[in-house]
Amino acid sequence: MSAYLDLQNIDMTFATAKGEFNALKDVNLKVQKGEFLALIGHSGCGKSTVLNIVAGLLDASAGVALLKDREIRGPGPNRAVVFQNHSLLPWLTVSENVKLAVDKVMADKPKAERREWVMHNLRLVHMEAAADKRPGEISGGMKQRVGIARALAMQPDVLLMDEPFGALDALTRAHLQDSVMEIQAKLNNTVLMITHDVDEAVLLSDRIVMMTNGPSATIGEILTVDLPRPRHRLKLAEDPHYHHLRGQVLEFLYQKQHKAA
Amino acid sequence: MHAHAIKLTVVPGGKSAPDTEETTTMEPTITQTAAAPASTAPARPIPLLQDRIRREQVATLLKTLLLPLLTFAVVIAAWSYIHIHVAPEFPAPSETWEHAKDILADPFYDTGPNDMGIGWQLMYSLGRVAAGFGLAALVGIPLGFAMGMSRGVQMALSPLIQILKPVSPLAWLPIGLLLFKAVDPSAIFVIFITCIWPMVINTATGVKAIPQDYMNVAAVLKLGKVELIRRILFPATLPYVVTGMRLSLGIAWMVIVAAEMLTGGIGIGFWLWDEWNNLNVSSIILAIGIIGGVGIVLDLMMGWAQNRLDYSKR
Repeated sequence: MSAYLDLQNIDMTFATAKGEFNALKDVNLKVQKGEFLALIGHSGCGKSTVLNIVAGLLDASAGVALLKDREIRGPGPNRAVVFQNHSLLPWLTVSENVKLAVDKVMADKPKAERREWVMHNLRLVHMEAAADKRPGEISGGMKQRVGIARALAMQPDVLLMDEPFGALDALTRAHLQDSVMEIQAKLNNTVLMITHDVDEAVLLSDRIVMMTNGPSATIGEILTVDLPRPRHRLKLAEDPHYHHLRGQVLEFLYQKQHKAA
Repeated sequence: MHAHAIKLTVVPGGKSAPDTEETTTMEPTITQTAAAPASTAPARPIPLLQDRIRREQVATLLKTLLLPLLTFAVVIAAWSYIHIHVAPEFPAPSETWEHAKDILADPFYDTGPNDMGIGWQLMYSLGRVAAGFGLAALVGIPLGFAMGMSRGVQMALSPLIQILKPVSPLAWLPIGLLLFKAVDPSAIFVIFITCIWPMVINTATGVKAIPQDYMNVAAVLKLGKVELIRRILFPATLPYVVTGMRLSLGIAWMVIVAAEMLTGGIGIGFWLWDEWNNLNVSSIILAIGIIGGVGIVLDLMMGWAQNRLDYSKR
């Protein structure tokens, strides 16, 4: 069975002032439709590079990235990105930010339908009440919700999330993680999420892709998270299997991949 | 009045504001529960605190009114001292006041091109500034966009602009006179030169300062070139553009006075010079006050426009 998203022998070398820098070496990854994948690793291990290659914002130096058996060339709305710092346009209101994406991907649909789709996606992330506010008037967590709504509204084949909750405080992050699980249960998107947070990775994902340290980073291990869904963070706190999985990720990060600090 | 005295790459505030806000704000649900106990308590003001707030308000008001008045009083005292002890030909404050009342009583009289009220003189100066400023915006803003968006254009134009930017715009007056063979277009030309550098440089800076995130959003959405300019580049750059316009208008108002002194004709600068030739020092003092006042009004207008157009200040 061919994979939905298929990365084959991806190499990435950047030309820097100090010469060439090999960020990724021989990255191979197959993702099935509807899978939620977390990419975890130390800073500078090339997680974002992998995501940017799938997004089409970067071109791999070697190897191919296939989505639905077609080679990825350049960015596009079928690979929507939730950026770490929300990247909302500050001069547009919340609904206008989502509308910008909807107008682009649903250009052939009537106006009323597009408007309804904007509101539908804002409701998914519980942001319909703030539709007419500007990003400057809402909190960091709310901005990230809108960023998620904008990405979902594009109905992407793959949803890419680049440390979506990295800049948020712990309580807000937990709220957003719950929202993402709730949305994922409804929509069953294919998701590639970068994270630094071991708990977040275990809580949200079906598989955790652990990357080795750079330069020439690659995939070290892949851990299947076979916890039943729906998952509840409080119940998991007492679940020995959860702790076992968590321990495996921690062991990879802190024993097998010593950061030369 | 020299353009190079002012730092042209002024960055409008608010760039860092969303970041700081992000780390300090919380989810609405959380803040609501935290605020609930406070709102259930009756809103009973504490009299002592209210008193103190009122006293502080009065003190601030007195300070903002009294201190500037004190400064003006010192200036007028010094002025009187100079009149009495240093230079008797320098008019006394009271003399100047009487003279000003005379002139301002009928600012819009018109008895031919050589004798017009001070209102008309101002109108002519403002008209020239408006024309030069408008033309500079028409040319400079698109040029700034081109420079910000294309490395080639930037490399082609940057050295020329670097050389011309520090030159006093008045140095261009003879070239204007040579080209246009008339006073009015030459003055407008000088204002055009005055205004164009801050506009070009600020616009280009604004385009280059657009966060990569916005460009990534545009890339993911596959926005076309026109959409990119209309939906992302233009709104993101607007605060910088308006800042450039505000700077250039301020300099233009300084330059027009000097330009008109040189060109003659009608205009507040020439009027000031003409009064000097007639040894009407009272008129000169009055003109200085009026030019300053108009400058403040122009800056307030641009400040208002800035507040309206700058998304980071809304």
